[in-house]
Amino acid sequence: MAVSVAQRLSAAGTANALELRGVTRMFGALVALTDVSLTVRPGERRAVLGSNGAGKTTLFNCITGDFLPTSGTIRLFGEDVTEFPAYERIRRGLRRTYQISLLFNGLSVLDNIYLACRGVSRGRFSLIRPRRNEALMHSAEQLATAVHLIDVRDTKVAELSYGQQRQLEIALALAGAPRFILFDEPAAGLSPTERRELIEILTNLPAHIGYIIIEHDMDVALRVSESVTMMHNGRIFKEGRPSEIESDPEVQELYLGGGHG
Amino acid sequence: MASTDQLTSRVDASGKPHKRAELYGPANIPWVYWVLGFILLLMPVVASNFVLFQIFGWAFILGMVALSLMFLGGYGGMVSLVQMSVAGLAAYMVAVFGHSGVVQISLGWPWWLTVPVALAIATLFGTITGALAVRTAGIYTIMITLAIATAFFYFVRQNYGVFNGFNGFNQVLPPQLFGVDWRQPVPIYYLTLFFATLAYFVVIYVARTPFGLALQGVRDNPRRMAALGFNVTAHRIAAYAFASFIAAVAGVLLVWLNAQISPGTVAVGPAIDILVIAVIGGIRHPIGPFIGALIFVVLRTFALDVLVLVGIPGERFQLLVGLAFLAIVFWSPDGILGLWPRFRDRMRAASSLTAERDRRL
Repeated sequence: MAVSVAQRLSAAGTANALELRGVTRMFGALVALTDVSLTVRPGERRAVLGSNGAGKTTLFNCITGDFLPTSGTIRLFGEDVTEFPAYERIRRGLRRTYQISLLFNGLSVLDNIYLACRGVSRGRFSLIRPRRNEALMHSAEQLATAVHLIDVRDTKVAELSYGQQRQLEIALALAGAPRFILFDEPAAGLSPTERRELIEILTNLPAHIGYIIIEHDMDVALRVSESVTMMHNGRIFKEGRPSEIESDPEVQELYLGGGHG
Repeated sequence: MASTDQLTSRVDASGKPHKRAELYGPANIPWVYWVLGFILLLMPVVASNFVLFQIFGWAFILGMVALSLMFLGGYGGMVSLVQMSVAGLAAYMVAVFGHSGVVQISLGWPWWLTVPVALAIATLFGTITGALAVRTAGIYTIMITLAIATAFFYFVRQNYGVFNGFNGFNQVLPPQLFGVDWRQPVPIYYLTLFFATLAYFVVIYVARTPFGLALQGVRDNPRRMAALGFNVTAHRIAAYAFASFIAAVAGVLLVWLNAQISPGTVAVGPAIDILVIAVIGGIRHPIGPFIGALIFVVLRTFALDVLVLVGIPGERFQLLVGLAFLAIVFWSPDGILGLWPRFRDRMRAASSLTAERDRRL
């Protein structure tokens, strides 16, 4: 047992956090992703940019396992997870947030986070009520503090402001011991203050946690990432450092040209 | 017929900003529980044997079956019409393994062996049904469970080897435990009251356990639950297992109360009655099914007399039940339970208006 843990750790050290090879996803005749290959190192922070319909969210859905790719392979920390159901990938350290908040509106903030913590630990079917001094409840409260929601921890999610719901969305992705996170437009609809808080949360994540962030706000995207992947029409179109991407004439024409320039 | 949306409408675990689980002292028990508990415990002092046996006994049992539907529908977002069949199978198994008037089939096992075996078989049946049903949603879940309930009815009616076909089993009596004849009105009143109360509090408790919270998460957002590491399918099947166990316990009580079990008990009509009971009472809270069951049993018992009184043939009692159902779905989609918050809000509005007026004066 000890050997296998050590092996897994060393494997995690050498393997890429995420490795996509030739991932294609079709919806009927529509090709949403075409032959996408992508490699992200452990701890790397990557922004995925592209116009609407470029296939960014489809890419996330394939990586999470919300649906399977039509062809291609997905490896997570060296392990082939192409056919794994979503929950198996999550239990291996993958996390994600959603562009449109997917929260549990009837439950309180703390219960939402507690569920997220419970999802990646044992006792998902436990018939014993959680106690306030329970370790998981503790980590739920810590997470609530980290995303500035501790003051509203007993409020029902339906009663939260939009910005607070977005923060909760992030808290759910930080539960347990995440190793790699997919952020789908976390800054969308946030006020300037909330954006600053978001950037702070992202840059303060422990160094071993890598992520991919989809973000339309270039200001946020380029500040929180060390590498950028540009997508267009379901294909990867360009990869590079933020500065290279920003100054690339083709990128400017395609993406930044329209209104952002 | 209420839409699936109403049936699976959201239930929050506690209804209010909740107190934490460790607050269990008597001081934290709401006064409603004290009053209700007092009334129910002292009921045999005032109520006739007929009321104890035919009204409350039945209401507690049908309430438990409807509670199992409420658990699946309210917390899990899954409407199952198979709950009465699960209860019926438990009842049949008590007759088959234990004692009954049909000596050529009944095995005559002691009750302490018969009851666990009956519960296990019925729970297994409900769980397998769940495993088939959880891959579908909404109207399709209803259809699959209705199909299984219907198939079960025809099966027991046509199978004479085990289920004794059309006749079923009679003289299925509860054990004479502690020197008490449990089929006497007062003992069976307390017996059914005890298990109904137990089932009620177990459901209340489980709703706030990790299992129950996760089930509500699955109801609200299955995709997100998967993205949090939960196996959504397994969770739904486990919910069926839990609900089926409650229905199975009710089934054992049912056969003891009724002293018989026949295909009529598990026909399509009774299966739908359970849904009607849950909807009349309200599926937002576990008390709803019991309120619904009490109303249903009262209507079923007395509608006949009322109808005869106004010159309509007595066998049309379903007409009254149907009208009551229609009225409730029409005016209060959340069932009788839904009336309470509305009444409270109106009282509050009224009192704040009077306060306003007082201030002006």
